Amino acid sequence: MEWRDEAIVLAVRRLGEGAAVASLLTRTHGRHPGLVRGGQSKAYRGVLLPGNRVDARWRARLADQLGGLRCELVGAHAAAAMDDPGRLAALAAACALCEAALPERQPHEAVFEALLALLDALAAESWPSVYVHWELALLRALGYGLDLSACAATGVPAPPPAAAEGVGRANDELAYVSPRTGRAVSLSAGAPYRDRLLALPRFLVAGGEGDAAEIRAGLALTGHFLDRHVLGPHAIPMPPARSRLVDRFRG
Amino acid sequence: MIGPEIDRLIQLLARLPGLGPRSARRAALHLVEKRDILMAPLAEALAEAAANVRACGVCGNFDTVDPCSICADAGRDDREICVVADVASLWAMERAGSFRGRYHVLGGLLSALDGIGPEDLGVARLTARARDSKVEEVILATPATVEGQTTAHYLADCLAGCGVTVSGLAHGVPVGGELDYLDDGTISAALRARRRL
Repeated sequence: MEWRDEAIVLAVRRLGEGAAVASLLTRTHGRHPGLVRGGQSKAYRGVLLPGNRVDARWRARLADQLGGLRCELVGAHAAAAMDDPGRLAALAAACALCEAALPERQPHEAVFEALLALLDALAAESWPSVYVHWELALLRALGYGLDLSACAATGVPAPPPAAAEGVGRANDELAYVSPRTGRAVSLSAGAPYRDRLLALPRFLVAGGEGDAAEIRAGLALTGHFLDRHVLGPHAIPMPPARSRLVDRFRG
Repeated sequence: MIGPEIDRLIQLLARLPGLGPRSARRAALHLVEKRDILMAPLAEALAEAAANVRACGVCGNFDTVDPCSICADAGRDDREICVVADVASLWAMERAGSFRGRYHVLGGLLSALDGIGPEDLGVARLTARARDSKVEEVILATPATVEGQTTAHYLADCLAGCGVTVSGLAHGVPVGGELDYLDDGTISAALRARRRL
């Protein structure tokens, strides 16, 4: 068995003195582990960092074996994010979430594309909003997407982004999400139950960028559903890297 | 056939870093052959180290005295504390010989895979040291990896209220390094950290 694929490094664990076991998110082979001989060497140290984009070659006798990996650096996203605590936390959180949430060896090309887009977007100022959108996309790719298209109670659709931009919150605007169904609820319909509903930050419906409070609300929203549907059923705790990212947006 | 004593010696030697079963057999044979000039002094040195070496209560370095010889050295600069991940990093800094301040050994880095969280790093001990009126700067000399820099940023946040300057090591072109052989990340980091000549 042998393949060559585009990949993003998710996690690396030392094995013995010179080798490492790397977990990669590949474009067509999903999350895939492999033994990297010399993975702790000088040549590999800058390559096998979470978030780095690599050209990966995997080889094994049987398809379900760990197999051997060889990686060549394509994009040094980890080094680019290292100087900024927020960006580094986002990169680490995204990689840790993929590592925890994705099943092994099952193709998830949409998640790969989304993670690649997120890593590229970390250079931009709007990275916090992009990160929340990325977690929504991860939920969607895993089959637990939120329905933010219309109010679950009244059926009133979300206003188009252009119409919603620059206006105050109207009563029919989507403002909450049901923690059980993941469907949006409008401000007026959700008002009597607002203590039990999750806040839906405006930028997730209207587009644009969110401020720190909205990012915090967005992370609480996606975190609830990641825990409820993706991690919780498998008794997997929320990755500490994501918790540290959430802490960065605490006021 | 190998007797049980030598077999045990081989098994223990094979657990040392850099030694596998084959090299452990060679080392054991060498020790047995050089019993008087190597094996006995080595056994004595090992017993002495096992009895006396301990972690320094101030910085976490290994030494036979507590506080360690670096913490007890009156000639070192009390204004600077260099935070390192482990004792191997401290020894590397000492080999370089260019830092004359004090050290603080974390004993690890934030790592979910290794099960190391903030509570395992002894941050309270570090912040208590940083609050000392003599300390002016804390240098975070953690590795240039995602885990190392995540730890550095976390420590920088913890040290924010201590009234000290928090700095980190520069990342870039190593001495003797040729650009052609450097990875993209290192070149980018070096370019970002360029200085006026």
